Amino acid sequence: MLITVADLRNGQRGVIREFQHDLLPIKLLELGCLPGNEVELVQVAPLNDPIYINVNGSHIAIRRATALQIEIDLIEDQDSHD
Amino acid sequence: MTKNINVALIGNPNTGKTSVFNELTGLNQKVGNYPGITVEKKEGICKLPRGVKAHILDLPGTYSLNTTSLDESVVVELLLNKNNKDYPDVAVVISDVENLKRNLLLFTQIKDLKIPTLLVINMSDRMSKKGITINLSLLEEKLDTRIALVSTRKNKGIDRIKELIADYKNLSTKPNLNASVISPEYFGRLQTVFPNEDLYKLWLVITQDVNFSPVDKKPIKISEDFETKSKSELKRLQQKETIYRYKFINNILKETYQVDRTKAKGLRAGLDRVLTHKVFGYLTFFVILLTIFQAIFDWSSYPMDFIDEQFAAGSEWIKNTLPEGAFTNLIAEGVLSGIGGIVIFIPQIAFLFLFIALLEESGYMSRVVFLMDRLMRPFGLSGKSVVPLISGTACAIPAVMATRNIDSWKERLITILVTPFTTCSARLPVYLIIISLVIPEGRFMGLGYQALALMLLYLMGFGAAIFSAMLLNRVLKIKSRSFFMAEMPSYKLPLFKNVAFTVVEKTKSFVLGAGKIILAISIVLWFLGSNGFSEDFENAEDIVIQRIENEGFSANSQAFIKTGIEDFNLSALALPEYRDSLQAFNNLLEEKAKVQEIASYKLEHSYIGYMGKAIEPLVQPMGYDWKIGIALITSFAAREVFVSTLATIYSVGNDEEETIKNRMAAEINEQTKKPLFNLASGISLLLFYAFAMQCMSTLAIVKKETNSWKWPLLQLAFMSTFAYLISLIAYQLLK
Repeated sequence: MLITVADLRNGQRGVIREFQHDLLPIKLLELGCLPGNEVELVQVAPLNDPIYINVNGSHIAIRRATALQIEIDLIEDQDSHD
Repeated sequence: MTKNINVALIGNPNTGKTSVFNELTGLNQKVGNYPGITVEKKEGICKLPRGVKAHILDLPGTYSLNTTSLDESVVVELLLNKNNKDYPDVAVVISDVENLKRNLLLFTQIKDLKIPTLLVINMSDRMSKKGITINLSLLEEKLDTRIALVSTRKNKGIDRIKELIADYKNLSTKPNLNASVISPEYFGRLQTVFPNEDLYKLWLVITQDVNFSPVDKKPIKISEDFETKSKSELKRLQQKETIYRYKFINNILKETYQVDRTKAKGLRAGLDRVLTHKVFGYLTFFVILLTIFQAIFDWSSYPMDFIDEQFAAGSEWIKNTLPEGAFTNLIAEGVLSGIGGIVIFIPQIAFLFLFIALLEESGYMSRVVFLMDRLMRPFGLSGKSVVPLISGTACAIPAVMATRNIDSWKERLITILVTPFTTCSARLPVYLIIISLVIPEGRFMGLGYQALALMLLYLMGFGAAIFSAMLLNRVLKIKSRSFFMAEMPSYKLPLFKNVAFTVVEKTKSFVLGAGKIILAISIVLWFLGSNGFSEDFENAEDIVIQRIENEGFSANSQAFIKTGIEDFNLSALALPEYRDSLQAFNNLLEEKAKVQEIASYKLEHSYIGYMGKAIEPLVQPMGYDWKIGIALITSFAAREVFVSTLATIYSVGNDEEETIKNRMAAEINEQTKKPLFNLASGISLLLFYAFAMQCMSTLAIVKKETNSWKWPLLQLAFMSTFAYLISLIAYQLLK
């Protein structure tokens, strides 16, 4: 099953996978949303959308629809179970 | 000898670029627009060491040279055009120490244009808090530039920027990277077709329209025999370029920039948890909104009363000091009352801009965007529509301009179209005066009826905006990808200087902009009101005196005399010479009533009287008379003219200094013989002003921002019809 940024839980992190499509707006890439970079879910807005992420040190809010386009590999973290 | 050089400040949003600009130029700055478009142009002068004078241009914030908006295309077009008079001799890239990595993306792009470029790393006061260390000399070497480490907050490093700018001749102009490696084949072909052009510049020209097409711009056609790539292919290449640049930057920062995460501590996480919380987040936002409204309606009433008194006194003084005549009347009644009508806004506008500046500067505004996005979406709006809608409570003009950062065109268009429904400060004087006339003073659950009425009007403004947004969302068939991205900057204590500059600048431009229209209209009105072409106007005095002799005073005047006598009785009953003085006072009142009747007769038969009479049938079903009709006509230019129009209409030919409100309260509707401003007509007027599109400047700005007359005209027709029907129904139900 494919995992995307939209699947992250608060505080969970992942690494962005290679993508070949041009669906992501260039602005998002400029802010560091690039393959190989780490992305962390900081917060989800009250109605579950938009989501607030930290990617490559940039703190940005994007909509769930956009987050679904960003495939990731989860980073398993021991500390995330507290 | 002084040398003049052009300096361009370029940087990402939220890097404190404007603070650097303020520090460099101080009060030597001017804000205008780029010719033909509504992008704000800030420029200033800075004196540098060695007798160099720098003309500094603060360019709009941009993340890169890949254009995606009008603001960004201003930056790119300037940097690509050597013949532009503002083309920089030196580019100063402003970065923020925490986000250095992504700020450097823009830096390398500008460097590759072979413009002498230096780097400012701002917010250096946060380094220790964030555990950041930088090897500056190594970074300078790797980026092939000079660096100024700056903290505008602590006022450090500004002199270093000045020195580096003055020394710009020694800056390297060698590019950082060679972008053509992303597709050697494509760039090779480009080079053979255009052997004399700079490859990177060509690349930027070609890709300018990939993500953003200004409506009035033709697609770039380079040459007949050159096979261009599809948009999708070009986008892929832009991706490749971005990845390539980040590789370069990462390699450099690995050696020069360290973050010790154990030392890093910040407000962000804690504050975010509260400010974007599903309960506390909305609660905070609500409390902030309440505070803003409290400031606008309560706190600002003190300076406003003061201004009001000063202008009343000034008008009186002029009339008593200058020799009598048309010119004195023009100054005292036309010009001064017109200016007074606009100056009185200053406290409210200033308060609003103050709060908006504070919210923007502190980083809180982005959290509001985050909180509201999902709530706004069902109405076809975006979280970013909240800022324009709030700004709209000050003035629709900056609000419409603030829609520029909305990523989806459909969401942006809807926001532009509905923003004028929000209660702008120009409606306030109209509301305040009518509310105080027709809404009783009682209290309900500790809240005054008048305050409640005002709040209701604000809510109705928002309601109308949301309702029409929903309607437009259904009706408008615009295909536009619903993209949304908002940067969540770190929290900062707002800098006093920045906030003060913003407030002064915005207030000034509002007052001057609106002031010109109001002043002109006041003078025209005064002329139309004190001149007439008919026999009736010429002989007004004789006609009225004759009428009073034959029929006695009008009902209006009789009531006026009666109240005067009653007041007099209350205060003077005990005096011994009571009877004599009562007679004298009665004569005085009658004399005054006569003057008033003449004035009113004259006005009725002046040019403006005929204009008002002409539209009377149209406004009568709403409970208005021809005088209000005149005010409606003039306030199609700008709403606030309503009050100054009534001021002009009522004070024309009247010797006594009376506040407009008292004059309005005394007005009798000639048809119904009841007070003209009663509950029914008052509410009808309030509703009309709440919904009607009465602002030429807004229409002009909407035309500019949407690049077509279609949208402002649609807006005008829809809002005016809506307003007319609603207030008509309201009057008919309430009368």
